[in-house]
Amino acid sequence: MPIHIIDRRLNPGGKSLENRQRFLRRAKSLVQGAVKKTSQERDIKDVLEGGEVTIPLDGMHEPRFRREGGTRDMVLPGNKKFIEGDYLQRSGQGSAKDSGPGEGDSEDAFRFVLSRDEFVDLFLDDLELPDLAKRKIAQTESEGIQRAGYTTSGSPANISVSRTVRLALARRIALKRPRKEEIEELEAAIAACTDEDERVELVAELERLKAKSKRIPFIDPLDIRYRRFETVPKPVAQAVMFCLMDVSGSMSEHMKDLAKRFYMLLYVFLKRRYKHVEIVFIRHTDRAEEVDEQTFFYGPASGGTLVSSALQAMHEIVRERFNPADWNIYAAQASDGDNSYSDGELTGLLLTDKILPVCQFFAYLEVGESGGSAFDLSDSSLWTLYERLRTGGAPLSMRKVSERSEIFPVFHDLFQRRETAQEKTAP
Amino acid sequence: MTERLFEGADWDFHTLQRITDACEEVALKDLGLDVYPNQIEVITAEQMLDAYSSVGMPLFYKHWSFGKHFAFHEASYRKGLMGLAYEIVINSSPCISYLMEENTATMQALVIAHAAFGHNHFFKNNYLFKQWTDADGILDYLDFAKNYVMQCEDRYGRVEVERTLDAAHALMSHGIDRYPGKKKLDLRAEEKRAGRRRQHEEEVFNDLWRTVPKGATKSRSALSIERRRKLLGLPQENLLYFLEKSAPRLAPWQRELLRIVRHIAQYFYPQSQTKVMNEGTATYVHYRIMTKLHEQGRISDGNFLEFLGSHTNVVFQPEFDDPRFSGFNPYALGFAVMQDIERIVTRPEDEDREWFPDIAGRNDVMGVLRDVWANYRDESFIGQFLSPRLMRHFRMFHLHDDPEERAGIRVDAIHDERGFRRVRRELARQHDVGFIDANIEVVDVDLSGDRRLILHHHVIKGSQLNETDAKRVLQHLADLWTYDVALIEVDTNDKVLREYVVSPRPIPAAVA
Repeated sequence: MPIHIIDRRLNPGGKSLENRQRFLRRAKSLVQGAVKKTSQERDIKDVLEGGEVTIPLDGMHEPRFRREGGTRDMVLPGNKKFIEGDYLQRSGQGSAKDSGPGEGDSEDAFRFVLSRDEFVDLFLDDLELPDLAKRKIAQTESEGIQRAGYTTSGSPANISVSRTVRLALARRIALKRPRKEEIEELEAAIAACTDEDERVELVAELERLKAKSKRIPFIDPLDIRYRRFETVPKPVAQAVMFCLMDVSGSMSEHMKDLAKRFYMLLYVFLKRRYKHVEIVFIRHTDRAEEVDEQTFFYGPASGGTLVSSALQAMHEIVRERFNPADWNIYAAQASDGDNSYSDGELTGLLLTDKILPVCQFFAYLEVGESGGSAFDLSDSSLWTLYERLRTGGAPLSMRKVSERSEIFPVFHDLFQRRETAQEKTAP
Repeated sequence: MTERLFEGADWDFHTLQRITDACEEVALKDLGLDVYPNQIEVITAEQMLDAYSSVGMPLFYKHWSFGKHFAFHEASYRKGLMGLAYEIVINSSPCISYLMEENTATMQALVIAHAAFGHNHFFKNNYLFKQWTDADGILDYLDFAKNYVMQCEDRYGRVEVERTLDAAHALMSHGIDRYPGKKKLDLRAEEKRAGRRRQHEEEVFNDLWRTVPKGATKSRSALSIERRRKLLGLPQENLLYFLEKSAPRLAPWQRELLRIVRHIAQYFYPQSQTKVMNEGTATYVHYRIMTKLHEQGRISDGNFLEFLGSHTNVVFQPEFDDPRFSGFNPYALGFAVMQDIERIVTRPEDEDREWFPDIAGRNDVMGVLRDVWANYRDESFIGQFLSPRLMRHFRMFHLHDDPEERAGIRVDAIHDERGFRRVRRELARQHDVGFIDANIEVVDVDLSGDRRLILHHHVIKGSQLNETDAKRVLQHLADLWTYDVALIEVDTNDKVLREYVVSPRPIPAAVA
């Protein structure tokens, strides 16, 4: 009998990937809830790492007709001292009672591991940058050209000589076209030949070779190849996000932590969701500077507070690098709301005249001390100012945060996908 | 001395080939087994998990529940809560055995003997498998099922297909014919059948029929109850079959999906009835083959000791008060009974002659065993071949737990002269699917009224359905039936214990 032994180990893995995706899709809301809960407990950096989540199995339960209760009979091994007619106390006989197969109960809630990608996807699932209006224009306008192999038809300007000659050579070898040297050799032989018969033979051979080399062209239309080009939509950086953070002395460690968490979330979200979003980090005390992300998140700084300095810096960067006609511009500002009294007017002016007109969206996050509630404090100077602007119709979103656990809900709230009128009318 | 098959723990594909050849020689010549051609596949742990989550089959349709099982198994495997099986074997022709790559050479020999010869012989010869499964066609059928489900998803949408499959899965344990029908299952013909029906529909399609005015419907009220029940084939315990044939508003593809789930449930039905015998057979066969190979000097003493270690773990039966106890170990029980049969046939004692006059001292061990393997299932196997000696060995006792009884759980019988028969009957009963699964059947449909479907659950020993689960399953059933469904739990005296009525959920607007 023939026996087949097959090595399946090298078969492509992930056979159950599709089933897994279906499962995740099905359990989406449950998993999403679990993901958000997990992410609150974790360090923001670890959020990206994926990991284990626990979901209740209730929604994923597969029901069956199961019987329970009633009188039960069972045969067990290992009798030591019982004789017929003995009674066993129920409470003391746990081991005997639990002997039924408890498959249904063992999976009440179950933990499983999400990969990094799955985790972040679910984490950021329903978020987006609001009002990415200028994107469409940008996309239609720019198309780049890219080499894409060879083709048999095209314009003469695009003939690929090397490829054509290579094919011709291969064809000539394959069809045994006589080489020039061979014919010359033969002609020399004829010239040197003295014997008439042999000469006739050689001449015939020469004729044959010449005919053959005529029949088989040096370069045939078949050989010709053209370079092929493809147009590809050229991605242009479509959006820029300005992160403005107050790092002045009035910001406590806790507030800085809140602000950094918020920006970390924003950073993860943008990097993950939008390939071509530029992020500009600006931190300010009484003067502002543009920094890289490392300094932004981890560099120490301290000083007084002038909010207008940050806005001024942002305005200059916009003017230099980001033409508002081509760019979707976003800004997120985090501060404790303290500003020098004299700076208020300038800040307001900058915002209304320079910043808000070019911005798609401006989010302001006010961080407070842990345990501080918004009610027992009067609004900060910045909050009052922004509130006034907002009621005046400026595109401002404002939130207050004082606890770590509020960060994600607020973030979620700010960037939740909205069905705007523009979205609907867009083709 | 004969050459060793392998030394140490390492193996390669030549080793596997040599092992398989050696096992085959012993299995066919010494044991007289009759097996399907073998196909042995070496797989990784991940692939083993894959196989776990699609009920052990090499290919299966896609469904979220398999993803759930995979995630569940994977999580417990990673945490080390669960070891993986050494092998999986599929009742197909050729018989496919999956071996884990981590196994040592001895373990590979063990699982080849166990799966490729033990299980294989059982699949090919046991009457239940012969009657209910089609080993030649199963792989093709699964392929058809997979493609059919995929096509349905393309055509009717993933959500719709998932809804139907969810409902069908919930009813899977009640989608089985328990008594042989008119004809043997021919899975290869199934695919052709589905194709033919579609073709027929296309051929006779005529849009004009839609425009023909409908006459007044004929009055059917005259139908007597008896006649109606007969027309619908009632009572019917195969709920999936009943829905496939009689549910008024299912689309043809939905009926086909129910049919697929029903066929697969039917395919696994014999396995659930023969766990003890199947594993017992395989364990007995691997024990015989490995011992023989050792006697022949083809397996070294060291490797044989390794084998004995694994074998002992497999047939370990913890006692009832052991924390590891979780019921009878089918490997242990099956192997013990088969070894006991061997003893009765070759070295019977007076007690055996009295209890087993037919086989005691017949001396043809393999003849008797082959006959047992072919013609019994767990229930009848235990009911006839569990010997007093074995009951004493396991020190079996029977507990009767009546919730009404204040004094506690009664010890009804123990392993003594008075108790042997009662213990044995009770243990056999525990392995009878007729007692394990709830006995539910469709009894009537109110055709002239509101088309309510009426089911009965015949309650045995006061054990009723779990309420939350029952409601959910009935919800699925009602969704398929598209009218109200009533389930009535009645006891043996036809007293109604409980009644469930479930209405179908409205179907969300169909997506074109």
